[in-house]
Amino acid sequence: MASPVQSRFVSQLKRYYALYTGGFIGFVVLLAILEQMGVPNKLLGYIFLGVTVLLYAGIGILSRTSDVAEYYVAGRRVPAFFNGMAVGADWMSAASFIGLAGTLYLSGYDGLAFVLGWTGGFVLVALLLAPYLRKFGQFTIPDFLGARYGGNIPRSIGVFAAILCSFTYVIAQIYGVGLITSRFTGLDFGMGVFVGLGSILVCSFLGGMRAVTWTQVAQYVILIIAYMIPVVWLSMKHTGDPIPQIAYGYVLEKVTAREQVLNDPTTPEGAREAEVRAILKQRQEATEARLKALESGGNAYLVSERNKLKKAAADLKTKHDANPKMLEAANQAVADFPSDVSSARNAWRISAESDKAKSGPIAAHAEPFAGPDEATRSKKRKNFLALVLCLMVGTAALPHILMRFYTTPTVKEARHSVFWSLLFISLLYITAPALAVLAKYDVYTLLVGSSFSELPSWVSAWASVDKSLMSVTDINHDGIVQLSEITIGGDLIVLATPEIAGLPYVITALVAAGGLAAALSTADGLMLTISNSLSHDVYYKMIDPRAPTNRRLFISKALLVVVAGFAAYITSLKPGDILFLVGAAFSLAASAFFPALALGIFWRRANKTGAILGMLSGLGTCMFYMYITYPFFGVNAPLWWDINPISAGLFGILVGFAGVIVGSLLTAAPDKGTQEMVDYVRYPNLENDIKSKSV
Amino acid sequence: MQLTEKHRQYWHKNLRLTMALLLIWFVVTFVVGWFARDLRFITILGFPLSFYMAAQGALLIFVLLVGYYANCMDKLDREFGVQEGDR
Repeated sequence: MASPVQSRFVSQLKRYYALYTGGFIGFVVLLAILEQMGVPNKLLGYIFLGVTVLLYAGIGILSRTSDVAEYYVAGRRVPAFFNGMAVGADWMSAASFIGLAGTLYLSGYDGLAFVLGWTGGFVLVALLLAPYLRKFGQFTIPDFLGARYGGNIPRSIGVFAAILCSFTYVIAQIYGVGLITSRFTGLDFGMGVFVGLGSILVCSFLGGMRAVTWTQVAQYVILIIAYMIPVVWLSMKHTGDPIPQIAYGYVLEKVTAREQVLNDPTTPEGAREAEVRAILKQRQEATEARLKALESGGNAYLVSERNKLKKAAADLKTKHDANPKMLEAANQAVADFPSDVSSARNAWRISAESDKAKSGPIAAHAEPFAGPDEATRSKKRKNFLALVLCLMVGTAALPHILMRFYTTPTVKEARHSVFWSLLFISLLYITAPALAVLAKYDVYTLLVGSSFSELPSWVSAWASVDKSLMSVTDINHDGIVQLSEITIGGDLIVLATPEIAGLPYVITALVAAGGLAAALSTADGLMLTISNSLSHDVYYKMIDPRAPTNRRLFISKALLVVVAGFAAYITSLKPGDILFLVGAAFSLAASAFFPALALGIFWRRANKTGAILGMLSGLGTCMFYMYITYPFFGVNAPLWWDINPISAGLFGILVGFAGVIVGSLLTAAPDKGTQEMVDYVRYPNLENDIKSKSV
Repeated sequence: MQLTEKHRQYWHKNLRLTMALLLIWFVVTFVVGWFARDLRFITILGFPLSFYMAAQGALLIFVLLVGYYANCMDKLDREFGVQEGDR
């Protein structure tokens, strides 16, 4: 039973957030009316993003605090239901909100590894970690490692790993923030990053975990409304059923039937697809021939090819009756020609690969591990399962998520809050595959077969914004769109759904605000994890344990600003691939934390040496494998058992467990105090708890 | 503090429940995933079974597992007298 104070607090919260949700819906309706009255789209986008960002900042200001427990763990009175929402927003990042449906659209069944991994991990959190961490009841994850294993070394490794994976992850989020603000307001990317960052800072700077919690609840409400509305509408359009999650089974059947028609050259449409594929195949072979010539001829070949193009352009210029369009194309070809051997190699390789992908038959959406032969299929199956495992274990090891379970009032509430978290998260993850199938149905039936002179308006609109998101080219010059003539970037699916469904612009702005909420809320949680690790674990626990509270908080806030500035600086350099950064964060967290945390609770015999050995060897193995296999680092060593670099955590987890076990068995069992601490976390309430709590 | 026999029983029951639920989790994710190609010929609500499981079925089972665990542990806490007091 909750105390009267707490239940009054809960009913107050319910009232506030119900009012807030109603107010937000009213705000969307108001903007829709403004749109009908002719307010320009750009202004609507500004208002929408501006108001939501101010709202988050406002909650941050209202929740400002200078109390240590409030700052680090929101006063430990966040009810299960609301903590569930906060975990949901903390968890679902820009990658989930914008990228996931697109990944599913492009890779069908195989993309479901992300859906499975990002939800199934919460079973591990619920069963193995959350209740015990709540009972332990300190402030950070390195705190637990420090207390359970003793000494500063396990804590320091924990701090290092927490910062490493949170920082990798936060860069991906800030990148998303910059992308969304720049796309929808026309600010440039760098400006977008700093505006977004400003709101993150106001929020976490003034109120720490307390402000972040209540902002995240507000952000969850916005992001889930923004995700659902367009999908429900699209489902109504194609099936007449407002519940897309149930209705899309039959749409999937139709998509599968369509795939068979388009893959069958004896049907008229299939024949046209085959024609386009044959052209693409030729193009691919021509590019491959050029690549081969480049390897043998080197720079000389490149120069001679460039001169050929230059000559062709010059010849055209001398003709007075030359078509200006052709002249422009010839000049463009000269300008686009790669300047040196390595950039030529890269550009041609990419073009050959994309032609190769499109010249093959359409992959069936619902078929698991599709491949031409048994070896390919079994390799895909292995990688699918490895990725699922890494994402699940990584979920159960990311410090910014685990930290949220310190904020509930009791162990019981912690257990229930994992349930609410998973429920709120699953809402989005169950919808994403539906969205992918509905969008695919739209493309396969309405876009394919339409005429180039009358493309649907959303296609021309997005093609003019960004060619990498949407482009259609009439490759066989028959004036009709074939599937192999369409190039779709994954992020398009979520961003363009409102337009595909024929909804007004205000819904597009709502989706942008939802994406922003997803990115900001995750970034909030991560920044706080990083600055808390530094201020609490490094400064307070290791450097100056007698520091007064106001100095601890001051240090924490100052570090927050430094970390934020540094992260923004790194992001503005635009480092590489978002999906790799996200995948890397999961693998790193899984290898470094999971074995030491889980065994620390369930195996009394685990000791300091084991923890140090396990964490170092797990993290080391994972980083080493990423370094030697990920193309970005340029080593390109052969893969171990065909496992892709994104699942590097698989080896890290196994080595990590082995390390903890071997290290512990080789050295003496932990002392009595440590063993008592294990008992302490295992039981929600032991009689002597009151005594130890006062210590 | 010395743990009583009752405390040990509580922990064993907890472990048994945890193991059972983890087993279901493992089967739903990895065993079903391993046999995905064989399960795709069974159809449910228009979905091939393997697709349905990975896109929806498994998620619903995960939610149920976590909810069931929370409720069972509440009961177990009270039964063994280790529940928390008012706060």
